[in-house]
Amino acid sequence: MNPVNYLYLAALLFTIGATGVLIRRNAIVVFMCIELMLNACNLALVAFSRMHGNLDGQIIAFFTMVVAAAEVVVGLAIIVSLFRSRHSASVDDASLMKL
Amino acid sequence: MSTLAAYATSTGEAVQFWILGTVAVVGALCTVLMRRAVHSALCLAATMIVLAVFYLANGAYFLGVVQIVVYTGAIMMLFLFVVMLVGVTAADSLKETIKGQRWLAALCGLGFGVLLVAGIGNAALRNFNGLGAANTARGGNVEGLAALIFTRYVFAFEITGVLLITAAVGAMVLTHRERTERARTQRELAEQRVREGKHLPPLPAPGVYARHNAVDIAGLLPDGTPSELTVSRTLRERGQVRDVSREAMEDLKALEQRSEERLGRDRAEHDRDGQEATR
Repeated sequence: MNPVNYLYLAALLFTIGATGVLIRRNAIVVFMCIELMLNACNLALVAFSRMHGNLDGQIIAFFTMVVAAAEVVVGLAIIVSLFRSRHSASVDDASLMKL
Repeated sequence: MSTLAAYATSTGEAVQFWILGTVAVVGALCTVLMRRAVHSALCLAATMIVLAVFYLANGAYFLGVVQIVVYTGAIMMLFLFVVMLVGVTAADSLKETIKGQRWLAALCGLGFGVLLVAGIGNAALRNFNGLGAANTARGGNVEGLAALIFTRYVFAFEITGVLLITAAVGAMVLTHRERTERARTQRELAEQRVREGKHLPPLPAPGVYARHNAVDIAGLLPDGTPSELTVSRTLRERGQVRDVSREAMEDLKALEQRSEERLGRDRAEHDRDGQEATR
C-alpha cells in the first residue's frame, strides 16, 4: 500500500466534515463536524511527517489538538449560553446578535 | 528504514488501513447523518479512536496516546455532557429553511472532495522517508517531540498555554450566571406549591400496577391507561417511554381466565368431595 492513501483518507474525512457543517442545523452536530475536519487535518499532518522523515508535522498536529481543546471549551460554552437564552440548539434560531 | 520501505508499507499495515479506514469513513458519515446528537457523538468517538490507531501506525506514538486521552477522553465526553444538558430536548428540525440547500451542500461537498483528491493525486509525493531515523535520533518519539517543542517551537508552546488559560476563563465568563434575586427558601417554595395547587404530594412512581418497575415504563391507572406523571419529563420528551398498558391488560385477562379455570376446577373437585362425603 502506498502511504499516500492516508492523505486520501484525510481528504475524504475533511470533505465529510465540511459537508456536515453545511447540511446539519443542530449547533452541537455542526461543532462535531468541525472537530472531524480538525482530526482529518491532523491525520494529514502526521502522514506528511512520516513522508518527510522529521517530527515537525507531529508538533503542528499537537498544537492543533491544543487549539481544538481550547476551541471546544469556548464553543460549547457559547452553545450552552445560546441554549439558555433561546431554548434551542439550532443554528437557525441564533440569527440575531442579541435577544 | 530501508529504501524498499520508502514506497510501500507492510501488508499488515495495508490490511489495517483498509479495514479501519472503512470504519473511520462510516463513523464520519454516521456523524453527519444520524438524527440524534448522542449517536453522532458516539460515531465521532469511534472515528477518533480509529485515527489514534492510524497515528500509532504512522510512528506518531505520542500523538496516538494524546488523541485517545484528549479527544476521546476529554473532548468527546465534554460533547456528550453538553448533549445531555442541551440537545436531549432539542430535536433537529428537518425542515429546510433555504430551498434545496441540502442538495446544494452535498453537491458542494462532492466537488470539494473531488478537487482535494485530484490535488493530492497530482502532487509530486515521490520520496517517502519514514520516521525510523527521526524517531530514534534522540532515543524515542517522545524525546524527539520534546526536543523540538522546547527549542524551536518554545514560543508557540508558551502561547498555547496562554490560549488555554484564556479559553478556561472565557468558558467560565460565558456560562456564569449572576444570581439577581434572593434564593427562595424551602418554606416559600412549599407555600408557592400549595398556592398554585398543582400537585402537592410527590409524583407517583413508575411501573406501579404495570408488570415492570423500570423507570421508562409508565405506571398504570386503575382503568389500565398509562399515567404521564409517573415517567420523568426527560424520558417523555425523548420519546423513550415504553407503553405496556395493553400488554399488561392482556396479561391480566389471561391471569383472570386461568384463575377462573382453576377456581372452577377447585369448585368442581370440592363439589365432588362433598358428594362423596355425603354418600
